[in-house]
Amino acid sequence: MILNIDPGIVDWSRAQFALTAMYHWLFVPLTLGLSFLVAIMETIYVKTGNPEWKRITKFWMTLFGINFAIGIATGIILEFEFGTNWSNYSWFVGDIFGTPLAIEGIMAFFLESTFIAVMFFGWNKVSRKFHLASSWLTAIGANLSALWILVANSWMQYPVGMKFNPETARNEMQNFWDVLFSPVAVHKFLHTISSGYVTAAIFILGISAWFLLKRRETEMARKSILVAAIFGLITSLFLAFTGDGSGYTVAQTQPMKLAAMEGLYRGQKTNGLVLFGIAQPGKKAGDGKSNFILKVEIPGLLSLMGYRNVNAFVPGVEDILNGGYKPEFRNVPPAEKVRALPVSEKIKRGKLAITAFGVFKKAKKAGDDVAAAKADSTLKANFAYFGYGYLHSPEEAVPNVALTFYSFRTMVVFGFYFILLFIIVLYFYSKNQLQDKRWLQYIMLWTIPIVYLAGQAGWIVAEIGRQPWVIQDLLPTRAAVSMIESTSVQITFWLFAVLFTALLIAELMIMTRQIQLGPKDGGTK
Amino acid sequence: MTVGRKLWIIILIKLFILFFILRLFFFPDFLKSKFSNDKERGDYVREQLIQRK
Repeated sequence: MILNIDPGIVDWSRAQFALTAMYHWLFVPLTLGLSFLVAIMETIYVKTGNPEWKRITKFWMTLFGINFAIGIATGIILEFEFGTNWSNYSWFVGDIFGTPLAIEGIMAFFLESTFIAVMFFGWNKVSRKFHLASSWLTAIGANLSALWILVANSWMQYPVGMKFNPETARNEMQNFWDVLFSPVAVHKFLHTISSGYVTAAIFILGISAWFLLKRRETEMARKSILVAAIFGLITSLFLAFTGDGSGYTVAQTQPMKLAAMEGLYRGQKTNGLVLFGIAQPGKKAGDGKSNFILKVEIPGLLSLMGYRNVNAFVPGVEDILNGGYKPEFRNVPPAEKVRALPVSEKIKRGKLAITAFGVFKKAKKAGDDVAAAKADSTLKANFAYFGYGYLHSPEEAVPNVALTFYSFRTMVVFGFYFILLFIIVLYFYSKNQLQDKRWLQYIMLWTIPIVYLAGQAGWIVAEIGRQPWVIQDLLPTRAAVSMIESTSVQITFWLFAVLFTALLIAELMIMTRQIQLGPKDGGTK
Repeated sequence: MTVGRKLWIIILIKLFILFFILRLFFFPDFLKSKFSNDKERGDYVREQLIQRK
């Protein structure tokens, strides 16, 4: 019997998760980055003894606190959604997901919440050094939270370190270190936290610029800009470096995502990286239309980025669908060591795996160990293609290419703009001309929404680019959702939209009020 | 009202909505609410994964 899933439940569950995750990602990057910037400023205060730095630290710490308080627990809703909307997925991932999230709760959250109390309420109550240590431990705790969540997400993109148990229908962790140190996890963690650091640096730059525009608190603004611009330049360069690493791991582990990121349908050797392009509207694989209306590319750069070899062949969407090329990815299944299989063949092998999965259980129930062993062997031999068994056509393996392509460009173009901005700011700071450059102050201020847009674009690349997979190659969204009414998901979708919008408005109102008030008088300690 | 007090009120209202309204009424754990043990949950998910092929 084939169970047809209401496509509405898949679309609404995806939309709800995307809405929740995108709102969550409005609050998190600032927490990640501002926590470290505040710790750096407090370090300067403790080292110099200058009370102006304490005043500056407390001002940015107040804004950090507002963002932290309003953002806290917005992520927990994602866990609720796993249990309600994505029950097959939650069961299938077994302890792979549960372990990182449990560690996050025990280690990072308690570290964060313990020391954040000292950070906010311990001024003048504990020694300077203890307070400073608390600020640093709060920052470290917040970033450790990000580590475990990103390890879990990375496993979805590149499932390693596990073995599927057909008795329990769950994946069981075989090697914790494979999961923690998977190349996808390492690059994703470093790239994501760097984006948080750049977000916070731009935030401080922009707010400080506002003070310069208003000709208020100019000394506070200049000092803050100096710290933020240096921190921002270092972290934005690291962001670009880790972005390259992320691109390399995507080429190695999710070739279809890379093809979508580049709008690449027919691959070639010495493949160029598209610098700028207008994708052909309505382009589908195999329709014979050109990929782009207009394209400017850097020759050979995609081959170099993806395979560290300027002459390497980079497969496009059609190559991946049709197979036949020699794959140079990580962990290529044995059947594809010489030639990539067409997706149609992967679908057949996936269906074999799913059928064997069913036969295994029936045989076990009937006490037929020979049949069970044979089914288990078939399942193991084809498990790498398990998720393909749910696709109705090869074209379902293709994500939304245009959205992935434009989001990737948005993220990268803005990423390089941030580097340029930090350099220009530091240049004019060194010439003591920053206060006179009102055009630059306006640019700094209006870059605040741009850095948030860049962060969202990055996540769109990561999560739209991996479609249709919830777990790459092993479980598509269609097989992962719960059998619930789509109306219940629609109701909670709109509930979240209202709740998160209210939280965002509250944050903006409270934060702008505190910014308008400016720093309070510093203490004497 | 101080900013600290405002934030505490927002935190408390938010946590109440999250855990006592959304969690209780809108986000039951699907498998835990329908089945009483892991064997039943595993059997159900297995059937779902097979039938959705």
